[in-house]
Amino acid sequence: MLQKILIVILSCFLLIGMFSMSAYADEYVIALVVKNVGNPFFDAVARGGQDACDDLGHTLIFQGPPTPTVEGQIEIIENLIAQRVDAICVSANDYDALVPVMQRAMDAGILAISFDSGIHPDGRLLHINQADFELIGRLQVQAIAEMIDFEGEIAVLSAGATMTNQNIWIEWMQEELKEPEYENMELVTIVYGDDLRDKSYNEAMGLFKSYPDLRGIISPTTVGIGATGKAITDAGLIGQVQLTGLGLPSEMAEWIQNGACQAMFLWNPVDLGYLTTYVAGLLLDGEISGAVGEEFAAGRMGEKVVTEAEDGGIEVLLGPPFRFDASNIDEWKDVY
Amino acid sequence: MNDSNHVSSVDFLKNLRGFRELGLVVFIVSISLLIGARNPRFLTWGNLHDMLLDTSILSILAIGMMLVLVTGGIDLSAESGIALTGMIVGLTLIRYPQIPAVLTLFMGMALGAGFGAITGAIVAGGRVIPIIATLGMMYVYRGLTFIVSGGRWVNAYEMPDDFKAMATGRLLGFSNLILIAIVVYIVFTYFINHTETGRQIFAVGSNREAARIIGIRTNRIIWLVYTLSGALYGLAGVMWIARYASAQSDSASGYVFTIVAACVLGGVAITGGVGSISGILLGSITIGIINNALPMIRVSPFWRTALTGAIILIAVIVNIAITRNIERKALLQRKI
Repeated sequence: MLQKILIVILSCFLLIGMFSMSAYADEYVIALVVKNVGNPFFDAVARGGQDACDDLGHTLIFQGPPTPTVEGQIEIIENLIAQRVDAICVSANDYDALVPVMQRAMDAGILAISFDSGIHPDGRLLHINQADFELIGRLQVQAIAEMIDFEGEIAVLSAGATMTNQNIWIEWMQEELKEPEYENMELVTIVYGDDLRDKSYNEAMGLFKSYPDLRGIISPTTVGIGATGKAITDAGLIGQVQLTGLGLPSEMAEWIQNGACQAMFLWNPVDLGYLTTYVAGLLLDGEISGAVGEEFAAGRMGEKVVTEAEDGGIEVLLGPPFRFDASNIDEWKDVY
Repeated sequence: MNDSNHVSSVDFLKNLRGFRELGLVVFIVSISLLIGARNPRFLTWGNLHDMLLDTSILSILAIGMMLVLVTGGIDLSAESGIALTGMIVGLTLIRYPQIPAVLTLFMGMALGAGFGAITGAIVAGGRVIPIIATLGMMYVYRGLTFIVSGGRWVNAYEMPDDFKAMATGRLLGFSNLILIAIVVYIVFTYFINHTETGRQIFAVGSNREAARIIGIRTNRIIWLVYTLSGALYGLAGVMWIARYASAQSDSASGYVFTIVAACVLGGVAITGGVGSISGILLGSITIGIINNALPMIRVSPFWRTALTGAIILIAVIVNIAITRNIERKALLQRKI
């Protein structure tokens, strides 16, 4: 009897030991910290992150402040450090302000990664970039040029005048427009809708009226392109003024289906979340080291490579943005 | 006005003695001519209609704000109220797309009146100063908008066609939204000038103590103005999402300043007791012109931001100067 009890107790200990061993050996906790919660884009990022964790057998924590503030993110990251998570992947509300707290995380032995909206190389090991700025800028010019047969006036309707992403994209658009095939196209103006729906709408309406010969609008921001789609529709200019840019499929579905916008782009946030979390998992498992030039298989995303980033750090590129048009918008409009 | 018709214009001005807003009319006409000289399309009927359409929502909001301002209060929660009612109606339409568009307007008013009644109860019953009470409710309603929506947007393709058609449709050459605003203005002109309750609002605003002594239930009046403000921002919230074919959690962020600006431009005293329907209508139109005309003149967006502020200031100064002039002339001609 006593023997039996001993055996049971021993085997229990063994079992517990095995479970805890396995937990410490290869199951890590990866935290995704986003700009703000309640944003359809980041909800999709979280879904991708969960998929990657399922594939690798890790655990995902998804957090973000209710409004996109730096303070909120710092508080969350401090809590995550206290919880001793294994990796923190952040889409930063500020390029520099999160560096100190992310350095504290690295000092605590936590893997520090930024994605979507990066932080300074001092505060990160590597950055997961959705697509390089140059490609996104050039792609939008190529798209609008095809829609208007490389001829006529175009305008840009951006978000805020100080927003880094949009400004770099616009610089690359202007660069692309210098190519000889665009000699009959002219970028007449850049206006700013501040990512406010009413202001963006009025700016679009103003463009139609101040540039009666306008053939196309590029709007590299989700609120701007949605408001412009509505404005083109309301002004009865479908077909006369073309539209492209970066937009959410759910919001653009209406304007793609009615022809106001033939095609627009966005990186796939599910893929972005997947790749970010997958790379974090590979680094934690020791499968990759994160050295420049290193090639690796990133699960369902296929082969990826670690490259040098424009800001001097290192990054992994997600790849070219996804093109949404009338042929595929129906399957995407309910996704994000 | 030149010397040849000086005499008749004096007679005319005598008749207009009570019309404090003459300065605004002069300002509106002159700025329109100036902008028209730069872009002739500004003075077309089509553009005028667009401008009135844009003013329709603002002018309705201005009535509610004026009623509150007249009692010496302020309703900062109006902007979140727009977003919250808009979001609730938008989400309802996803589930019950068969609801007739006209009914959604009443639904918005009822919801808004409910929210306004809560704000009113806190101000009147709780004796919290209006700026603090409504600031608090501004955040509460904004937070509730995020909670009910879970952060998601209601997109154009999810809204029923007849609802979207309400904002784009026309009757007798006028957009439905303009007609709604006209109806609201007729109702409230009658209410403010010809009903006992309407006059009591001004009595409470001019001298609350005196109003109480002559038997006006001041608390009831104060509660009422916030409820009416709520009903109007509820209506505006539905018009907002129909017009832009999108309900966003952060709709109308910061819009309360525009509403207050329209009221103050229209001669509403922030200290209470003074305000007129014709004034806020002109104030709203002035803001509408600024919002719509500036995108049409080809100047840098950065200059436009500075111009917006300058134009508002000039409008106020012109209005004060002309009003003083009229009052002085009226005094000179008074029979002693």
